[in-house]
Amino acid sequence: MNKRSNKCSAAERINAGLTRRRAVERLFRYTGLLALLLGLTFLCVLFFSIISKGYTAFQQTYIQLEIHFDEQKLDPSGERVYEVLSTADYGGLVKQSLRAAFPMVASRQEQRLLYDLISFGAAYQLRDRILADPALVGQTSRVWVTASDDVDMLVKGYIKRDVPEAERRLRDVQLAWLDTLETEARLSLKFNTAFFTSGDSREPELAGIWGALMGSILTLSVTLALSFPIGVATAVYLEEFAPRNRWSDLIEVNINNLAAVPSIVFGLLGLAVFINFMSFPRSASLVGGLVLTLMTLPTIIIASRAALRAVPPSIREAALGVGASKMQTVFFHVLPLALPGMLTGTIIGMAQALGETAPLLMIGMVAFIVDIPANIFEPATVLPVQIFLWVDSPERAFIERTSAAIMVLLGFLIAMNALAVILRKKLERRW
Amino acid sequence: MFAAQASAQTTRDFISIVGSSTVYPFATVVAETFGKTTRFKTPKVESTGTGGGFKLFCGGIGARYPDIANSSRAIKQSEIDACVANGVLEIIEVKIGYDGIAIGSSRKASRLALSRKDLFLALAKHIPDPQGGEYLIVNPHKNWKTVNPDLPDVAIEVLGPPPTSGTRDAFVELAMEDGCAQFGWIAALKKNDEQRYKSVCHTIREDGVYVEAGENDNLIVQKLEANSGALGILGFSFLDQNADKMQGAAVDSVIPTFESIADGSYPISRPLFLYVKKAHVGMIPGIAEFLHELSSEKAWGDDGYLADKGLIPMPEEERIRFAENSRQLRVNLFSDKD
Repeated sequence: MNKRSNKCSAAERINAGLTRRRAVERLFRYTGLLALLLGLTFLCVLFFSIISKGYTAFQQTYIQLEIHFDEQKLDPSGERVYEVLSTADYGGLVKQSLRAAFPMVASRQEQRLLYDLISFGAAYQLRDRILADPALVGQTSRVWVTASDDVDMLVKGYIKRDVPEAERRLRDVQLAWLDTLETEARLSLKFNTAFFTSGDSREPELAGIWGALMGSILTLSVTLALSFPIGVATAVYLEEFAPRNRWSDLIEVNINNLAAVPSIVFGLLGLAVFINFMSFPRSASLVGGLVLTLMTLPTIIIASRAALRAVPPSIREAALGVGASKMQTVFFHVLPLALPGMLTGTIIGMAQALGETAPLLMIGMVAFIVDIPANIFEPATVLPVQIFLWVDSPERAFIERTSAAIMVLLGFLIAMNALAVILRKKLERRW
Repeated sequence: MFAAQASAQTTRDFISIVGSSTVYPFATVVAETFGKTTRFKTPKVESTGTGGGFKLFCGGIGARYPDIANSSRAIKQSEIDACVANGVLEIIEVKIGYDGIAIGSSRKASRLALSRKDLFLALAKHIPDPQGGEYLIVNPHKNWKTVNPDLPDVAIEVLGPPPTSGTRDAFVELAMEDGCAQFGWIAALKKNDEQRYKSVCHTIREDGVYVEAGENDNLIVQKLEANSGALGILGFSFLDQNADKMQGAAVDSVIPTFESIADGSYPISRPLFLYVKKAHVGMIPGIAEFLHELSSEKAWGDDGYLADKGLIPMPEEERIRFAENSRQLRVNLFSDKD
């Protein structure tokens, strides 16, 4: 009886505790889920705010003009030499065509307002067209040219029609002309190719991301080419070959500390060593890549060492047991197994390097660069710097370009990560 | 190839420009137009700040050093000395125009009319005792009405740039200092105790009434839109671009407009400069042609493209003087040691 009641009370005790224990476990699980949901919400808000502000930048307003490529104006001699054709007055053609489209505009001031509808880049678009096909000279053709940023902002709804004229960047007459163009189907939003093919510009409608994207690719190539082999070699030596003593401890502590050094310090170092001492060209992606290499090396070394340590000792012992040398063991047995982990570390380091601006300020990469860099010695800028420069510009159309540039940066990052995931999946081995 | 390219830094085929972030939007437009309309490469323009720009510019002669420095103030004697010490002896100074500093507010609020004295009394850390007497008290003003009974009954809240900004330096020198010097005894300090004078007139309060909103003027525009009671200190070009959302407060009863800054009646405006290293002309291709582009009427004239970007043009005779000077590459800056 006594025994039985004891047994009963034990089960009861457990049962009584069980509900509480399960409640705590459930609470813990929900807390985790809540944290995840909160993180996802913030991510969604971020993406929503960037995409909703920026998607319009992938379209651009164009205006169709009837351009008469007047031989008298472009190339009176008729020789079609590059020198003559490239320096001709194409701006004059645009103005002439606008005056022809709106013959009632007479006063100089009104004419200026009329010319303001078209981007100053239109003249260069006509020039490129003629240089590509000199046979067009003397002919008349309908050409879509880029509209100015104010027109673009109006068409996209960022400039409201209902605010008083004095507070609007477009006058009432300009709105009337645009309405005329629209009814004639000569005003239209088209895909903004210039955004993906040109370099920076002070005119938002002409500004493109290609220069900065190219700069980022060149800079990261230098960084990857240097930091991956050096980082892996360092990790392999420290983990597999180096004797354990006070020196290797000191080196380990220093590498861990370097990983936490603010990046601007590496920029100062780069300025002193690469530019002032070694006289590498300022603003070049070579120097940027070198500085970012210094910054990412500790990250790669630490991750690579952890990956090496995670390889089971039995692999090493088995290899040594069948008579492999130390080097053969490391290269043919340990390294292939550690490679996926090393790649993860490298991708984290490269992602950090991709978003870095502070060290680049010191070495002159925070700059206005129009020409697309063709190699690592030419002046270049990178995506995050381009975003920083655009967000600081007074023209309102740069706001959407900034968000669009952020999307390109994120896209680049996702592409980079995807590549790493694919490589890792290919190399990964389970046992 | 590596060594050849790296040592190629002894020559350079593009112009290198460094300096003020205020001049950056204007220098870049000229650079872009120059690159598009001539056979030369587009110059590289770095935004380093005025002081940082002069440091690089005065580093020496040679392709490693920049050719042109942008500046939102005249070069200082100490900077000229640093240049001379590094062999940069001949410098051409080109004034490119004026920049106004506006005190903007949301269109939803009514336009304020402030004097520079009001601005000093509202924003200085220490102000003279309103009861009289020649001593300072910690600024007690929290409301525009207590600063000046003619002003509306609105709490003082001013968003502006941090101390590292050139806009802030200019605001302090052009607006605050002038308002400060309207107190006779403080103005007298200038002769006897200049350090104290500067610390009284140049120190902005730190008790939360003046909010440092970062270097980004677009951010100030956004914050003003959300907070219609606040004022913001920002470059005129930002006010101009956002005229549908913002208005500029009148200072000494002059409203900041293109015309009022150009004719000098709006008090808070400053000249912007470009400094050119003469020794680099001929060594780096295109410098003379760049100056020609900059000083053309289609660039800095009354209807030029720089005016479209918000630069306030110089009066015509000043333009002619600087254009002539820069086209003849005449050195117009001399160090005391010459």
